[in-house]
Amino acid sequence: MDKAIDVKDLVTHYGEREILKKISFSIPRGKTTVILGGSGCGKSTLLKHLIGLLKPTRGNILINRKDIVSMNEDALNDIRKRMGILFQGAALLNSMTLMDNVALPLREHTELEDSTIQIMVRMKLDLVGLSGFEGFYPSQLSGGMKKRAGLARAMALDPEFLFFDEPSAGLDPVTAAGLDELILKLRNVFKMTIVVVTHELPSVFMIADYVIMLDLGEVIFSGTLDELRVSGNPRIKMFLDRRPEAETYSPEDYFRFIAGD
Amino acid sequence: MPSIAEALLGPIGRKTLSALRDIHDASKLINATFYWTFVSPFKGKPLRVRASVSEIVKTGYNSVPIVAVISLFVGIILALQSAYQLKRLGALIYVANLVGVSIIRELGPILTAIIVAGRSGSAFAAEIGSMKAAEEVDALISMGINPVRFLVVPKLIALMLMVPALTVIADAIGLFGGFLLSVTALEIHPYNYFQQTINALLVKDVFTGLVKAWAFGVVITIVGAYQGFKVEGGAEEVGLRTTASVVTSIFLVIVFDLFFTALFYYFT
Ligand SMILES: Nc1ncnc2c1ncn2[C@@H]1O[C@H](COP(=O)(O)OP(=O)(O)OP(=O)(O)O)[C@@H](O)[C@H]1O
Ligand SMILES: [Mg+2]
Repeated sequence: MDKAIDVKDLVTHYGEREILKKISFSIPRGKTTVILGGSGCGKSTLLKHLIGLLKPTRGNILINRKDIVSMNEDALNDIRKRMGILFQGAALLNSMTLMDNVALPLREHTELEDSTIQIMVRMKLDLVGLSGFEGFYPSQLSGGMKKRAGLARAMALDPEFLFFDEPSAGLDPVTAAGLDELILKLRNVFKMTIVVVTHELPSVFMIADYVIMLDLGEVIFSGTLDELRVSGNPRIKMFLDRRPEAETYSPEDYFRFIAGD
Repeated sequence: MPSIAEALLGPIGRKTLSALRDIHDASKLINATFYWTFVSPFKGKPLRVRASVSEIVKTGYNSVPIVAVISLFVGIILALQSAYQLKRLGALIYVANLVGVSIIRELGPILTAIIVAGRSGSAFAAEIGSMKAAEEVDALISMGINPVRFLVVPKLIALMLMVPALTVIADAIGLFGGFLLSVTALEIHPYNYFQQTINALLVKDVFTGLVKAWAFGVVITIVGAYQGFKVEGGAEEVGLRTTASVVTSIFLVIVFDLFFTALFYYFT
């Protein structure tokens, strides 16, 4: 396997709380990797480490064999130019039009003429089905349109890596499926290394080549989609069958819990 | 079971620790802001001119009316208040001295700073805070764009220019307010009043006022940006931080005023 990203013994804390407990895994190049896991298990936190927004307590994150944990800010910025990130809430800059939002990375990191930049922005917006919305502000768009615009911005510099945090959360099934199709197209046409964080099972089965599953801050599975389907791990089965967590309280405990003592 | 000493000293220790952390964070922000404003332009990272101009319009140009009205009124009030005392001494002409010196040396800079803190400092905190809450700041970092350079530097440039500029306007209009009242209600001869004002003031007075105004601009920008970057949660926290930014920057403006006034008193 050609490893694009290699995570080794990653430990992180928020204050005193340990969120990721010495996890290790690799992400293959040119494939779509899905990071699965229940709410609050640390998926967004992990993603923020992969893009260098947070520094771990211990451990290494190798991107193209270079450790981003010990890197200085300048070197990190060079790597970041080769990454595109779609945040959970799209995170477009609200004070700028879509044109300026998508043009921002191009204006900051290239010496291109503004007319060239405008053409490139139109192409990116066309790719995500938003041509004609160049002059709109983010507040004038629907949630799904914002996500697609965020994707256009993430792709502005033709990155090697694309990271998605819950791309289909909060979208209707049709729009969500449209976004999944776009992700498939990006992998097939542009051969990008794509990392998607999600807990939407239908989209996992549609887009994933490779799956990493987190549970309570640990990796409980990493492998292909077929391996996931036949896995015997009860936690994975529970997740795939959408069964609720087993009752851990006795009725008396539960009463005490809600009564608050 | 915590001992009494622990119960008494614990909160003090925690407060001290968090205050130390605040100071540490603030000094990091100050460092970064000055680096990106004064050092990095000479290393081939140009300032964002367009954004700076737009901040100048928002913080400076749009504040002119309110600064003008308030300083006019304060000029009039000062003239009235000093006339109240000076009339009894038969020294009415000294209204010009009092109005001139207090506006140029003190009230012009401080009134402007308080207005700018309320208008622009709060806007900085709200803008950066809501960007922080909506992950927009994270998005900037992940695009390899330094948020201090992108967001704070244009604001600092704007306030470093605009607080002194607004102070000049406040000075002029404040003096004019005092003049207006004196030549009408107090029936002082316009030429005498004018001469008296000129004689009362030194170039040094105007200059120290502008130095103060510059420092106030820096303080207001840093406090607004600091409170904005401190936001972690949602909209509610943005509101709290915005309020805190106004209170803190007015407080610090007055602390700096005291410091500068004492400095100028002893060393000029
Ligand atoms: N800024 C923070 N400060 C302190 N704790 C945090 C912070 N952000 C997240 N956490 C904690 O870290 C844990 C993991 O959070 P994270 O956002 O990574 O979860 P997630 O897997 O992305 O969940 P979801 O699927 O709901 O988005 C949570 O238990 C959360 O309480
Ligand atoms: Mg999340």
